[in-house]
Amino acid sequence: MSDGFIELRNIRKVFAGVVALDAMSLVIKPGEIHCLAGENGSGKSTVIKIMSGVYQPDGGEILIDGRTMPGMSPIEAIAHGIQVIYQDFSLFGNLTVAENLAMNVHLGEKRRLMNWRRTRAIAREAVARLGVELDLDAEVASLPTAGKQLVAIARALMSDARLIIMDEPTTALTRKEVETLFRIVRDIQARGIAILFVSHKMREMLEISERITVIRNGRKVAEGPTGDFDEALITRHMTGGDILNQPYVWTPPPGPPPAPRLEIRGLTVPGKCEDLSLAIRPGEIVGLSGLLGSGRTDLALALFGMVPGYKGEILIDGAPVRLRTTQEAIAAGIAYVPEDRLTEGLFLPQSIKRNMLATSYERLAPKLVIDRERAEEMTQGMVRAMQIATPTAEKPVMQLSGGNQQRVVLARWLLTDARVLILNGPTVGVDVGSKAEIHAKIRELAQHHGLAVLMISDDVLELVQNCNRIVLMHRGRFIEDLPAAAVTEETVSDRLKTFT
Amino acid sequence: MALLRRSETVIAGILLLAMVLIGTINPAFWQLDNLFSLMRSNVIIGIMAMGVLLVLISGGIDVSFPAFAVAAMYLTIKGMLALGYNGVVLPLLAATLMGLAFGAVNGFFVYKFRMIPLIVTLGTSAMVRGFLLGVVGTSMININKMPTALIDFARTDVVSVTKADGTTYGLTAMVLIYLGLALAMHLVLRYTMIGRSAYALGGDPEAARRAGFDLRKTIFFIYCVAGALAGFAGLLHSGMIWLANPRDFVGLELDVIAAVVLGGASIFGGRGSVLGTMLGVFMLVMVKNSLIIMRVDTTWQLVVVGLIVIAATALSAWRDRRRAA
Repeated sequence: MSDGFIELRNIRKVFAGVVALDAMSLVIKPGEIHCLAGENGSGKSTVIKIMSGVYQPDGGEILIDGRTMPGMSPIEAIAHGIQVIYQDFSLFGNLTVAENLAMNVHLGEKRRLMNWRRTRAIAREAVARLGVELDLDAEVASLPTAGKQLVAIARALMSDARLIIMDEPTTALTRKEVETLFRIVRDIQARGIAILFVSHKMREMLEISERITVIRNGRKVAEGPTGDFDEALITRHMTGGDILNQPYVWTPPPGPPPAPRLEIRGLTVPGKCEDLSLAIRPGEIVGLSGLLGSGRTDLALALFGMVPGYKGEILIDGAPVRLRTTQEAIAAGIAYVPEDRLTEGLFLPQSIKRNMLATSYERLAPKLVIDRERAEEMTQGMVRAMQIATPTAEKPVMQLSGGNQQRVVLARWLLTDARVLILNGPTVGVDVGSKAEIHAKIRELAQHHGLAVLMISDDVLELVQNCNRIVLMHRGRFIEDLPAAAVTEETVSDRLKTFT
Repeated sequence: MALLRRSETVIAGILLLAMVLIGTINPAFWQLDNLFSLMRSNVIIGIMAMGVLLVLISGGIDVSFPAFAVAAMYLTIKGMLALGYNGVVLPLLAATLMGLAFGAVNGFFVYKFRMIPLIVTLGTSAMVRGFLLGVVGTSMININKMPTALIDFARTDVVSVTKADGTTYGLTAMVLIYLGLALAMHLVLRYTMIGRSAYALGGDPEAARRAGFDLRKTIFFIYCVAGALAGFAGLLHSGMIWLANPRDFVGLELDVIAAVVLGGASIFGGRGSVLGTMLGVFMLVMVKNSLIIMRVDTTWQLVVVGLIVIAATALSAWRDRRRAA
């Protein structure tokens, strides 16, 4: 029955008593684009590591070309043409593109000496195989993410791969780069190489793959040709339930319109954005989109006091404020959840509690000593309110899932009594289930706590679903302010496409 | 590589500028005997710097090499005196091997227990120094007892010039040994897989492991070579100064690491070159030498070296951040 290149049959894997995979089966046919869909923590990475020989299964079997592979090692997996492109690409940033590309060949041949001419020749061939342009002498660290990914793919192709496993390949890419990547993926497929696309982004899966396997809690829950699936169905399989998607409606309260929570007048950051004016009233969620480099992040940073040299006026509840430091911004009631919560926002090895209280210590210690009881009270309250899945607030944040980490960041800002919430890519790298919960939280904050929310995102659907207005930005200026009625995914995407 | 070359050009440019500046303040700087003596002062620091460079590239740090150098030197000379042996090649070989053995201890702890190199080398450094003074001896061996063969060897000049007043001065042949070792290190770093594995390890240890580098081999190689170079330099040093002092080289780690970082090696690993290091060594030695000529107190020299470490590290950190951005 096995017509697959590689097949996992009833794989079981247990880590320290916790079952990570149970009765997991997966068939990848030669030359197909297959998607492995699942939420964070569903066992996707374990599947990758078993297929690449990094982990040995505790039960079940792996077949390659119909033959069982007991105790497959990473080297055997590579010898059978299985290549993994990790999320971090596993590249050497301090070395050139050429050396990165040729490294595996040299190592495979167990060379002792480094032949630079041959290195370049190998690299030229690798780049030619992929059909892309890459500066072979550039240091990899100097390349953008998409460039690094190309290097990683080119390197994988060098080893006569038959299956390339891509772990969340689109996470750090812009829409345009994703399209380029998909072109390359189809190109690779045309040479008879199978691709396993591991992802939790549904639209991308539906767009690129031919077959989909959905995994939940370490088990295969669905499998079939992509045509049999749609977003709702995949979501249901991934989460085990339905997620409601209703647009966010903001109705101004009766009577005279309330003063804007946040108002900016003629805000200018030299060289980044120019003459921006915007008013957000309590309870509004305003979306902000535009290409990378359009100035949207610079606007957010200026509002958070990180660009002291800005010009123009910023008003909070009608009162002008001058934001020269983040302390001043926090005092003015502005909260900022940065794009990369992992590097910018959280102290990963520290406890949930410490992370939550990071911006509240000044208020907790009016007389030098921290009020421990109150700190505990505030933390417990927030863990409950934000529904963070953890037995204790003392757990290090790095042990939480992406969605829970994002909630810790949100909780931190709520504790500062923020009135304006700026979210930059609030659900980047977060799976569907947690994403919906975060969205619900944000809506609730706006609706019931009267926060003004500015949501910056590349994910047009996210904006359309959660914002009552969407502002489009291009080359440092606001181009358009789309009211709720005009907001659909198509109009926003179409408008964005006209910017280049 | 173009970038690396460029950072060396910058270092060379700064060096030239500093030379012109020092030469203007003190015209005696440009006199041949001063330049010869400068180059002489480069030899020991330079040889040790080659080892430190290798360690820094791999993402580690070594503060134990001065202790290894002094131990290898003192033990070798003691041994020569005890055996009544008077030669050059065998003692140098013995000192090198002793340094290598000490380095292997560093490598063992860094690899086996995945310990932070700073802590490992601080520990081995203290142990070796303590052992040397406690067990082997604390007395200096002066010119009257030093093996003559070593001194004669270290006195060899490449060129010697006679001044108008009849005194002679020359350029020590030890410079050639330094240049030879530097060239060897350059070839190893650039044209061998073990050299490239040091760069890979310093760039991303996890990626290096996944790529299939034998990191055990790499780490042992790195710390053994650093130790061996220190042992060799230690004995050579005693021949050059006609003295074997078991308390020698105290604080030298700062000078050498300063020189290597000044030469463009990244303190975070992954970057560095032999040419840059040689320029850095020259710059450091020149600055210290000029401070002496200008009669600046030794305590203030320390301040200057400290400043150089911080400035050079800040500069390279700034450069790395810009590159990553």
